[in-house]
Amino acid sequence: MREQNTEHLKRFVIKALKNTSTPLLAIFFALLVGAIIIYFMGISPFDAYRSLLRGSLGSKSAVAETFIKATPLILTGLAFGFAYRCGLFNIGAEGQLFMGAFCAAAVGIYVKGLPIIFHLPLAVFAGFIGGGLWGLLAGWLKVRYGANEIITTVMFNYVAIHWVSYLVTGPLKAPPGSMPHSSPVEITAQLTRILPGTRLHLGIIIALLALIFFYIFLWYTKKGYEIRMVGLNPNAARYAGMNPARNIILAMFLAGGMGGLAGASELLGVQHRLMQGLSPGYGFDGIAVALLGKNSPLGILFAAILFGILRSGGNLMQMLNGVPVAIIYVIQALVIIFVVSEHILKSENRKVWLNKISNKIKLSKGGSSN
Amino acid sequence: MDSNIVDIVANFLRADIRSATPILLAAIGLVFMERSGVINIGVEGMMLIGTLSAVIGSLYLGSAWMGVLVAMLSTGLIGLLFAFLVVTIRANQVVVGMAINILGIGLTTSLARIIFGLNMAPPKIDTFKAYTIPVLSKIPVLGPALFNQMAIVYLALLLVPITHYLLFKTTIGLKVRAVGEHPKAADTVGINVFKVRYASIVGGAMLSGVAGAYLSLGLLSFFSEGMVAGRGFIALAAVIFGKWSPIGALGAALLFGAGDALQIRMQAMGSSIPYQFLLMLPYILTVVALAGFVGKSTPPAASGIPYTKE
Amino acid sequence: MSAYLRMINICKQFPGVLANDHVNFELFKGEVHALLGENGAGKSTLMNILSGLYPPTSGEIWLNGKEVHVNSPKTAIELGIGMVHQHFMLIPALSVVENIVLGIKQKREPFLDLKELAADIQNLAMQYGMKIDPFAKVWQISVGEQQRVEIIKALYRGAELLILDEPTAVLTPQETEELFKMIRSLTKKGHTVVFISHKLNEVKEISDRITVLRQGKNVGTVQNSSITKEELAKMMVGREIKLCSSKGTGVKKDVILELKEIEAQNNKHLKALKKISLEVRKGEILGIAGVDGNGQSELVEAITGLRTITHGKVLLNGKDVTNMSPRTILDSSVSHIPEDRHLMGLVMTGTLKENAILINYHKPPFSSGAFLNWKYITNYTCKLIKEYDVRTPSEDVLAKNLSGGNQQKLILARELDRNPDLLIAMHPTRGLDVGAIEYIYNKITEQRDKGSAVLLVSTELDEILTLSDRIAVIYEGQIMGIIDCQFADIEHLGLMMAGTPIDQIKKQVS
Repeated sequence: MREQNTEHLKRFVIKALKNTSTPLLAIFFALLVGAIIIYFMGISPFDAYRSLLRGSLGSKSAVAETFIKATPLILTGLAFGFAYRCGLFNIGAEGQLFMGAFCAAAVGIYVKGLPIIFHLPLAVFAGFIGGGLWGLLAGWLKVRYGANEIITTVMFNYVAIHWVSYLVTGPLKAPPGSMPHSSPVEITAQLTRILPGTRLHLGIIIALLALIFFYIFLWYTKKGYEIRMVGLNPNAARYAGMNPARNIILAMFLAGGMGGLAGASELLGVQHRLMQGLSPGYGFDGIAVALLGKNSPLGILFAAILFGILRSGGNLMQMLNGVPVAIIYVIQALVIIFVVSEHILKSENRKVWLNKISNKIKLSKGGSSN
Repeated sequence: MDSNIVDIVANFLRADIRSATPILLAAIGLVFMERSGVINIGVEGMMLIGTLSAVIGSLYLGSAWMGVLVAMLSTGLIGLLFAFLVVTIRANQVVVGMAINILGIGLTTSLARIIFGLNMAPPKIDTFKAYTIPVLSKIPVLGPALFNQMAIVYLALLLVPITHYLLFKTTIGLKVRAVGEHPKAADTVGINVFKVRYASIVGGAMLSGVAGAYLSLGLLSFFSEGMVAGRGFIALAAVIFGKWSPIGALGAALLFGAGDALQIRMQAMGSSIPYQFLLMLPYILTVVALAGFVGKSTPPAASGIPYTKE
Repeated sequence: MSAYLRMINICKQFPGVLANDHVNFELFKGEVHALLGENGAGKSTLMNILSGLYPPTSGEIWLNGKEVHVNSPKTAIELGIGMVHQHFMLIPALSVVENIVLGIKQKREPFLDLKELAADIQNLAMQYGMKIDPFAKVWQISVGEQQRVEIIKALYRGAELLILDEPTAVLTPQETEELFKMIRSLTKKGHTVVFISHKLNEVKEISDRITVLRQGKNVGTVQNSSITKEELAKMMVGREIKLCSSKGTGVKKDVILELKEIEAQNNKHLKALKKISLEVRKGEILGIAGVDGNGQSELVEAITGLRTITHGKVLLNGKDVTNMSPRTILDSSVSHIPEDRHLMGLVMTGTLKENAILINYHKPPFSSGAFLNWKYITNYTCKLIKEYDVRTPSEDVLAKNLSGGNQQKLILARELDRNPDLLIAMHPTRGLDVGAIEYIYNKITEQRDKGSAVLLVSTELDEILTLSDRIAVIYEGQIMGIIDCQFADIEHLGLMMAGTPIDQIKKQVS
């Protein structure tokens, strides 16, 4: 019995190492390149990274800020992950976020007189539905008209952003003043602060619940199983009697819903008003989060926290060390590039690469004439 | 005709062409990439890198044209990185494109802070000025609209027939199209699929650099963070709406540019019609074209698929 | 007459298969030389070597008395060797002329004078009595015209020797006639043509000499005029015939599957099944024999609901299931071992557990309500692994990490464990080693003895003869005839597989 247990443990550890080695290597290389760039600015990378950590994890409020930033990233990461598990590329989390925020704002502002236990869930749910339908539209266009979801979701981002821009300068604009934003949502629709002395709000709980939903739905329900099988091999899914088209639409709805929740959480938890600058590109960062986290629940959680750390610590790094906060984008981009280059890092491919290179050298020496 | 209206029309056309130029330049570059079977979502980031490089080039080398050259070189390098990742390593094109966008924001914002400092007081740099072509500019309406523009605008317009000819009437274009449609068939007749894709990507990226240079040395006369403001995605839309051809891209760019010019005027006049719907138009039209509601646009058959030689 | 081209002792080793085994092959200038053989006999491999697609493992190629090394399709065409593949290498979105000149250096490189080129191509086509529209896009023209474009493409590049791989497979009878006219005018002008085919009638009609390949070896080269169709059929399939294993009780049992004149189209919207009628009874194996690509895939897909039936009816246990969803059909006690385990049968990047429940996941006890019952699934998968001897370290590994034989055993386990009324098995042993094949044969026979009706589709005649109680032969979407295994005659089967209906054969015999 004990032997079996140690065997299980061994297998688990090996699996964990296998799954995390690429992301960890990618993070390491990205931070290394970041450090080199910082060094060339004439700043000590060591000091800079220390400020980064202090600004993100050094105090209660710093940790709270990190989790505030991680909240929408978890959700937009799930927005990419849900679609990816069905074999789709959802580049539209940004737009789904805005549509979700719009619907949450509508319910938060115009539904009045409800107690918080009804009003808040209703507003959050509205956000989910708003983002979900926006995602579903792209899924439907793919299934019905064969329109590539990569392009349509990219295009829908900007439609949603301009739509919100229209609302906050027009119909939803707060009456007096010139600021282009809506009135605040009712207090009964605001996500409650959960850590005294910080801005940390219930949104993080929503994000964690969404992660658990992602996990249970995909790996423990029939529908989730179908979605994954369609994503892994649509032909086999069809052969086995599943309906790929219906699963694509469902997956895009859920993916959009996650993006919508990100919007609802930002709106009801942080900004309280609908505005154009609601998201500094959380929808796009979600793609990086999901990729780094290999579209797995735990991976997405850790990747979102990492990016949260970068985002919340970057400011202190700029203030104390004069490193532009935008350097974190460079690090983020490098993480993605290293993750997608994973296969040259793998040992079994290294041989193929060496062969290729030596062949090239031979060819150029031989002077092939064509 | 009322001379006032003539002026308004001419001014509007002029503004349209000015707005359309960066979209057109980037779109022509994208036409080549996409025709060779590569989806480049990273064009926004490439353009952004072009804007800053152009300013740096103009600042240190003293002329706007040197700025364009520097922009082409730096975006060419980014193109080379992109090509290495998607052609040689066969990484997912969409993901790499997103990474390039994020890299573009990060690199330009950081570098601008380092080079220009925090105060961002714009130093004087050489920029493009409108160059009036004699005689032609006297043609009513069209004259002031077409022939009273910056040199780079003329260049962009000239590129349309040139690239059209290149793509459809030369062996170079034939190779590019063949590789994007059926790389294996191209390979069997001795075409080097990898070389063609590398060349298309790097060349296309360089054009996105020119587009960026136009933004920072033409439309504005300095760099500001995120100044591309979605024009890269509009260029992507223009390529699809223009059915992957330079002439189509010109039409789409002019249409989208007109929308942009109109919304600026509407905002300035305080019109009650919401200008945001005009801004949405390019994206909605593109989705409509992609779904085939009006004249279906079909992308090159091998679009987005890395090629593996057996 | 001295040989124009000689291939000497050609061997080609693929992983696990020796596709060409010391093949010698000679061509005379100006002849039509047919290369005849069953699927997998090595015809295409031999010609792919000649056209530079694969390098041979060993052997020499001599052209006009000189040894040549053909290491790419480009060198092949430079040597005057052009091949028209079964799957055309044309680019649908480009025009005919663009396809033909693609990759050729132009007089005024890089400028392309399409009008002038089109005129040249028209002229060339006229010389051989062919009509083409050079400015039409390839996707707009018919398959027959596309083939013409491929031939002109080779001729335009200076092909002296033209290899046509199964050229009639995609053609209508009229187009075939056209093609034969073309071939005759080609040889009249001094070109040499290799005609790869498995269709006896056509080979007899068009060729001067015939080389028969079997299991990678050259069985012999003969003059067309000095051999009969029957003799050719024997050369093609001739081998030791295994004794028919069926008991053939003669007692007629209940009909499980009945097809009534069903028709369906293939992916190119051409009619792939033409009024197919047959029945499969409880406790029997009906084998469908035939050369690949004669409608077998479409037949199986039509029965299992994966392809629309345009005419006729499918009855399962007397119930009409025509054009029902795959789920409905599978749930009416049908199991299906699909033709390609990678593309269809398994989710390669899924675990064995996930693959074990692929068909049944939606039913209790595999799931209850909306949720999967993983505990039961794990035990069930372990049970299947044990019972069907699937060699695997655990039930959590991915399907792609199993060997081909074990993958197929997993599919077999999943499908047979459902104890179906009807089992459809397509190429159940393709690519497997002898041990695994034996095992799968036993399991299928066992299932028949348990009372299932089995529809076995295979291109391996041995497999059909070993397992079947009755044999139906399919050719170009039609059933050429159905015979009892005990009366099966290899010569007759060969003729039927090459397109002669059983009535004609019987007439000739009597």
